[in-house]
Amino acid sequence: MKIQLKGLSGCHPAAKPGTTPALRGVSLDVSAGEQLAVIGPSGAGKTTLLHLLACALKPASGSLLLDGQDPWQLSRSALQKQRGALFLAPQVPPLPPRQRVVTAVLAGRLPHEGLWASLRSLFYPVDIPRAEQALAGFDLAYKLFERVDRLSGGERQRVGLARALVSEASLLLVDEPLSALDPTRSEHAMQTLTQAARERGATLVATLHHVEMALAHFPRILGLRDGAVAFDLPASAVTPAHLQALYAQHLHELNGPAIAPDDAIPSAAEPVVMLCR
Amino acid sequence: MTQVTRDPAWAGRVFWTLAGLAVLWPALVLSEFKPWVLLGPDALKPALRFVGDFFPPRTDTEFLLLLARETWRTVAMATAGLTLALLLAVPLALLSVRVLSLSALAGSMAPVPAALRQLVRWVLMLLRSVPELVWALVFVRVVGLGPTSGVLAIALTYGGMLGKVYADILESSDTHATSSLMRNGSGRLQAFFYALLPQTAAELTSYTVYRWECAIRSSAVLGFVGAGGLGQLMDSSMKMFNGSEVASILLVFMALVWLADRMSAALRKALA
Repeated sequence: MKIQLKGLSGCHPAAKPGTTPALRGVSLDVSAGEQLAVIGPSGAGKTTLLHLLACALKPASGSLLLDGQDPWQLSRSALQKQRGALFLAPQVPPLPPRQRVVTAVLAGRLPHEGLWASLRSLFYPVDIPRAEQALAGFDLAYKLFERVDRLSGGERQRVGLARALVSEASLLLVDEPLSALDPTRSEHAMQTLTQAARERGATLVATLHHVEMALAHFPRILGLRDGAVAFDLPASAVTPAHLQALYAQHLHELNGPAIAPDDAIPSAAEPVVMLCR
Repeated sequence: MTQVTRDPAWAGRVFWTLAGLAVLWPALVLSEFKPWVLLGPDALKPALRFVGDFFPPRTDTEFLLLLARETWRTVAMATAGLTLALLLAVPLALLSVRVLSLSALAGSMAPVPAALRQLVRWVLMLLRSVPELVWALVFVRVVGLGPTSGVLAIALTYGGMLGKVYADILESSDTHATSSLMRNGSGRLQAFFYALLPQTAAELTSYTVYRWECAIRSSAVLGFVGAGGLGQLMDSSMKMFNGSEVASILLVFMALVWLADRMSAALRKALA
């Protein structure tokens, strides 16, 4: 999918009116099948950019064109259909604790199948091989029938990424895919993701805390700082000076380990105590 | 004790205790709360005689067979009523839940769906604000004496209650998984079955079983207005001051409540 942004601004959904937008006047062109890593210190607007691209957030101003079409001009049902062609993997994997891994992965196929097919899949998973293959890319095939709340934080994150693999989206938006993974797993997960996107010709946009990983796996790097584009360069042209400037006052984020993920998955809530009349 | 070490909260505590009593007093007067009349000799004697009759509970075969049949009828009434209530409550709850709104994903909800949700909430309120006893009195007149009116009364009131509480449980659950699925383009019902339902299944089940327990007790009350079941049996036993029969019926009630409690615990354990 081709992306064209012109002077795009967006606010965090919870932001109060009057505060400065998290993303201000970003212009960007990404052609179909390109792979782009978004780096920058925390609070630079990386997640807001992904949410805007995923049509999860309405732009405050500026224009967003996906394949030459403004999604917010579409009717509500057409917009929902368009969202089926986008896949946003949030940083905290959105998995209900009592669900089994196979169901959680196959949920990535929901936009491409009807209600009855998806209900049948709850009784007996329709496409077990596809789920298994997606999990195998993240070394998790043996957890196929485990429950999500029996997994570790890193395993959950990889299940969330496997969901991206089974969807048929032509734009994959991945938010901090490596925040809960150790270096070896990160390496492998990144390879699986980029290769899957290449194979199906999907555009891949990932935000990364881990700058070396971004430089190693992505041909194009977008540096964001304070809601604006600091640089937009091929990975080979990114110099240490660029990074120093991008992370000025945030150098610990550049050199230190990735920020600990918020892997506090809300566990099953305590049953509500209710009294009769 | 010196002046300094006095608890500064003391005065406030005394004040609020006295204020609470001052508010409670008119309420007690208004509700004619005079517990000492219970202990008057002409009230105490018949009451004690009635309660004394409770022992031993009546256990002859003829009565036990009747009791078993009426117990079965009560359980059937509560179950049928609750099933009908579910048919009413589930669609209404799903219609009124904001979490499953597509337009609310980005920004505020569109005006027409918002109005529809408000309307459904009012319908639920209407259904549950009429007590089941009143519904039963209405239906006894329409369909005649018997369990049918009890079933319909439970269905309507409990439909309203279940719908409202289901909606509240769904709204207050963690919606990250649900909104993520809808953002990725899945439909509302798909998002419900793949994210919202697994997230909340234990609470929904536990509340439903609890309501089933309430429905059993409630069908006892409905029996007093002629809707059949254990309640009607109890009504006739009470009218004839037959304490031993009343005691047997009460024991059956306790057993049913205990059963519902065990069932809910087992279901919650299975779903946890």
